[in-house]
Amino acid sequence: MPSSNGSSPERPVPHTFVAYVEDKPGVLNRVASLFRRRAYNIESLTVGHTDQPGVSRMTIVTNVDRETARRVEANLYKLVNVLRVENVTETPSVMRDLALIKVRADAESRAQVLQVCDVFRARVVDVAPEALVVEITGTEDKIEGLLEVLRPFGILEMVRTGRVAMTRGAHTPTFNPEFVPARIPENHATLPQA
Amino acid sequence: MKRTGAQIVWEVLTREGVEVVFGYPGGAILPTYDAMLDYPIRHVLTRHEQGAAHMADGYARASGKVGVAMATSGPGATNLVTGIATAMMDSSPIVCITGQVASSAIGSDAFQETDVTGVTLPITKHNYLVTRAEDVAPALREAFYIARSGRPGPVLVDITKDAQYTETDFEWDDSPVRLPGYRPDLRALPEEFERAAELIRSAERPLILAGHGVVMSGAMQELLAFVQKTQIPVALTLLGLGALPASHPLNLGMMGMHGEAWVNTAIQEADLLLAFGMRFDDRVTGNLATYAPKARKIHVDIDPTEINKNVKVDVGIVGDLGATLRQLLPVLPAMEHKPWINHIEELKGDSAVRDIQNMPDSGHLYAAHVIHDLWRITGGEALIVTDVGQHQMWEAQYYRHEQPRTLITSGGLGTMGFALPAAVGARFGRPQDEVWVIVGDGGFQMTQAELATCRQEDIKINIAIINNGYLGMVRQWQEFFYGRRYAATPLVNPDFVKLAEAHGLTGLRVERRDQVQEVVQQAREDPGTVVIDFRVEKEDSVYPMVPAGADLDAMIRRPNPIVETAQSGD
Repeated sequence: MPSSNGSSPERPVPHTFVAYVEDKPGVLNRVASLFRRRAYNIESLTVGHTDQPGVSRMTIVTNVDRETARRVEANLYKLVNVLRVENVTETPSVMRDLALIKVRADAESRAQVLQVCDVFRARVVDVAPEALVVEITGTEDKIEGLLEVLRPFGILEMVRTGRVAMTRGAHTPTFNPEFVPARIPENHATLPQA
Repeated sequence: MKRTGAQIVWEVLTREGVEVVFGYPGGAILPTYDAMLDYPIRHVLTRHEQGAAHMADGYARASGKVGVAMATSGPGATNLVTGIATAMMDSSPIVCITGQVASSAIGSDAFQETDVTGVTLPITKHNYLVTRAEDVAPALREAFYIARSGRPGPVLVDITKDAQYTETDFEWDDSPVRLPGYRPDLRALPEEFERAAELIRSAERPLILAGHGVVMSGAMQELLAFVQKTQIPVALTLLGLGALPASHPLNLGMMGMHGEAWVNTAIQEADLLLAFGMRFDDRVTGNLATYAPKARKIHVDIDPTEINKNVKVDVGIVGDLGATLRQLLPVLPAMEHKPWINHIEELKGDSAVRDIQNMPDSGHLYAAHVIHDLWRITGGEALIVTDVGQHQMWEAQYYRHEQPRTLITSGGLGTMGFALPAAVGARFGRPQDEVWVIVGDGGFQMTQAELATCRQEDIKINIAIINNGYLGMVRQWQEFFYGRRYAATPLVNPDFVKLAEAHGLTGLRVERRDQVQEVVQQAREDPGTVVIDFRVEKEDSVYPMVPAGADLDAMIRRPNPIVETAQSGD
């Protein structure tokens, strides 16, 4: 059957992109503007330096179907300041989020909170008479899990970094490949039988 | 050598081969205007910055070169916005240079300060804020390179006033522009060609959809060779008109909302669509869910983001169209599709006898008459610039374009007011050609101030106002879809003949069909710009019409007999 048009029946799932971008004013704005303009919802976006001067690295998580993910990648490449994009969603990768959680903990409940933190391998980074600041690194699931058990004690404040990702193994994308083939991975024409 | 940033602007423009700049001066761009007097580039003073952007666009589309517009900061820059968005939607290569307040004042809400790089970010291919004189040359060189390469588009360079007046060392760097993140020369993988060839070889009812990409790639010869060898009929988009000569036997005509009925029917019946440099705009597909349901699709485009955007395709080939066709053609055998072509001939049937021949020739003036006669009188060889609306569709239907770049029109954005300034730009892009503006009475009034530019710059264009006293296309939608409730569409117009005369130009009026030939000839012989006020049938509509979002073959056809509503000679 010929391919069908219109909205894809495929369900949107979180896709993770790693993008190397030039460290210039306005680049974050260009990336964010692209997602806004094309109505791709950003779940999370993080930016930081790389070990190469002038190059920043972004990890972007967006909830889209596979075909839209391909167009997100192609649209990112169209930005002049974007050097390299990798969709690592289906590549074995280490994905981490970091959260700082200020949780109510008085003399009575402190021991219980500390015990929970220990189970989740979260670190206590500040102690005050009425509260603790807990640092946890891990997948979103793990952080959600900790939040769930801390909630009854009273969460006073929380900050999260959003996801950062790195593929496993020795493979690293070069910042600046000479040539990126214009691949259209979603072509699956079943050719007519000869 | 020492140069100010302002001088460097002109040094770079000169070396980029710029012949003419369309612009409007103001405080923040004054240093650059001052330096202009020492350089051999012509400046065209517009009456509004929107005109400058459209002129640069018209120049680019007529010549294939990069057009340049210049404006001051704040309102000057924001007035460019409509023109930039127009160029973006139709992939037209223009460079806009704007002045900006001094770098020390940025962010302070200074007089005439606007964050124009922020404003234009989503409507430019790329933009620059230049705050140092030494960055002027690299930014401008990159701007020209980005504007014309890959899928062309507008680039804006915003230069602070201090960057313009500061002196710096200037050495022209003519090495190729190197932008590590910009790779316009994408190439398809070989297996894509093989899959495309396989689909083409086995198709029985194939159809080529040719768009603006054919013209911009300069792939007319390649398309012609492809059509000759494969004998596949061709349908054109609005911006593709001229990509294949209208007289070619396999050129079926325009597709889409106001396309030929047999073209839209053929698309719905085809078993293979070859989309060459077009982007399946909603105005050509109608309802996506029912679009070309029997067809496999091959899509060739230079922009990878266009593949599978609106229509899911079986093979997507990313690359320059001319290069792609040169690679594809040798692996295809010579073919024939006689039954399919005969079938399309049958589809034409009675409708091949054009609507125009069914119109009563009672002396009443129809827009179709005007455009058909204009086509005959100019031998189909004029460069036509149209605005947006009914006249635009009638032009596309009744003026038969044999050559590429002989129709300039705002396709994607549909910008009323585009025609007159774009024609001024086209005049400079193609000084030898006869230029005609075909414009509605509504759109003309949006940018009619540029008549003064025509006078001041002493240029010759002919302006045909298709005057029906309505915002005609909106009125047509109100007639069809809003129960003839004509909200805000009737126009009380100025006397366009007197308006032309007030500008020191010739104004003429045509009210009957038998006057068309003589008046058009009179306009052609006049050395200056001429405005012709064609008083056409007031409530005529464009047929056929696919209502927005309807199935492509669900067309509203011209009623018979035609009801005339105008009083001739009023």
